[in-house]
Amino acid sequence: MAKAGSEPRLDGSGNPVWLLLELTYQCPLQCVFCSNPRNFADYRKDELSTAEWIDVMSQARALGALQIGFSGGEPTLRKDLETLVAEADRMGYYTNLITSGIGLTEARLRALKEAGLRHIQLGFQSTDPGVAKQLAGVDVWQRKRDMARLIKAMDFPMVLNVPITRQNIAQVPEIITFAAELGIEYLELANVQYYNWALLNREQLMPTRAELQRAEAQVREARQRLGDQLTIFFVIPDYYEGRPKACMNGWGAIHLTIAPNGDALPCSQAANFSHLTFPNVRQQPLEKIWHGSSVFDLYRGDAWMPEPCRSCDEKEKDFGGCRCQALLLTGSGGNTDPACSKSPHHHLIRQAVELAQHPTADGQLIPRHATSQGVNIETAS
Amino acid sequence: MKDISIRTQDIYEIRPPFMFRWEESQQAHVLLYPEGIVKLNETGGQILDLCDGQTSVETLIEKLAVKYCASDRTAVRNGILNFLEVSHGKGWIRTKA
Repeated sequence: MAKAGSEPRLDGSGNPVWLLLELTYQCPLQCVFCSNPRNFADYRKDELSTAEWIDVMSQARALGALQIGFSGGEPTLRKDLETLVAEADRMGYYTNLITSGIGLTEARLRALKEAGLRHIQLGFQSTDPGVAKQLAGVDVWQRKRDMARLIKAMDFPMVLNVPITRQNIAQVPEIITFAAELGIEYLELANVQYYNWALLNREQLMPTRAELQRAEAQVREARQRLGDQLTIFFVIPDYYEGRPKACMNGWGAIHLTIAPNGDALPCSQAANFSHLTFPNVRQQPLEKIWHGSSVFDLYRGDAWMPEPCRSCDEKEKDFGGCRCQALLLTGSGGNTDPACSKSPHHHLIRQAVELAQHPTADGQLIPRHATSQGVNIETAS
Repeated sequence: MKDISIRTQDIYEIRPPFMFRWEESQQAHVLLYPEGIVKLNETGGQILDLCDGQTSVETLIEKLAVKYCASDRTAVRNGILNFLEVSHGKGWIRTKA
C-alpha cells in the first residue's frame, strides 16, 4: 500500500507539485510541539483575503501543482474554508484538510464534503485525556474523539496523525486500538520533529531509545495482527537514524508553502531564516517567485552543497537533509544537516540524544503562546 | 490487500480515496490520494482509464489490443492482467458491485 505522507513518485519537472496553504496561524490549542513560527501572532492582521487565496491557488495550479493542503494554525477558523476547498476542487486539486478538529461541526463537515474535500488529517495527541491535555495545552480530548468518529461516519478518508513524544509513546498500543476500532484507514505515528515550539521543548519531548524500540515492536506486532485493515506509519525521529530526511524532496524542488500573510516559502519552517526576505504573493506573480527569486534558488539543486554532501553518494537521495534544521542547530542553513552522521556538527544531535536517555521528571513544558519577539533559545555552538 | 486473480468478466472501478485523471502539466494520467501522487506510464494510464465501472476486463483487453494492433494477444492479455493485479494489490481499483 502506498504510504500516506510519502513523497510523490514524480517530480514536478522543476515546478511545484505540492501547495500548502497556511490559512491562519490562529489556533485554539497550545501544543507544546507546535511547528508554527514563534511569532505567529504577528501574522494575524495580515492574513490573505478569500480572493487572494483563490488567486494563489489558481496561479499554482497553472504551474502544475496537484495536491493542496489547507493547514494552519487551525484552518477551520477561516470562515471561507468551504469556499476555498470548493474552488480548489474545481481547479482539479486533490484537497487535503489538516486540522485539530476543533472548529469543525457536523454542519461544516457536510459543507466541506459538498465542496469536494477529499481527505482529512486529524491531529490527535493521546488516548489518555490527561496526556492529551498536557500536550495540547487545553482540554479537548473528548471533542477530538467525537470529531474523529464524525469524520468516519461521514465517510471521509482519514489519516489520524499523532505526533509522538516521551509523554504519549507508552500509549501507542491504545492509540492503534482506537484507530482500528474507528475504522480509520491510516494512522501516522510521527515522532515530533524539532522545530519552533518542539525545539524549545526538545529535552522534555524526546523519547528514549528504549521507548522508541518498544513502540516500534508494538507497531510491527499490530501491523501483522491488523493486516490491510489499518495502515500504520511509524516515522522515527531523524535524531536517532544517523541519516538525514529527504526534507521537502529538496529546497524549491516540488513544495511550496504560502504563509498566512502571503509569504512564499520553500517549506513551512523556512521563516526560521529570519535574515531572508521572502517573496510575497501580494507583490509578485507566483511563477516569478518560484522560478526567479533568489530565496527559492538559495539551496536548489546541489551547487550550494558543502562537503561532506558534495561528494556524498547519497546526495540525490536526501538532498543534504533539512536546511532549517541545519540553520537552527549549526547556525547556517548551508551546512550539512547535523542529523547526518557524516556531518561535522553531528555531535549536536548525539548530545541531544544522550540527554534524552536520562529524562528528568521536573522539566517544564512550554505551551505555544503569543509573543511578538518569539522566544530566544541557544541552538548554535 | 490480498492477492487475487483477476476474472475477465469482472468490471473494475477506481477505489476511493484514489482520484484518477489526466494531468496536462505532466502529460500523463495521475492517481492522487491523501498526500500522495502516482504518475502512470502510458499503458498503465490507459488500463486504469478503462477501469471506469462499465468496461469488463475482457472488453478492456479487446479494446487495448485493437488500439495497439497487437499481434500477440496473449502477451497483451497477460500484461493487462498483471497490471490489474498489481493495481488491485495497491488498492487503486476494486470490482464494481
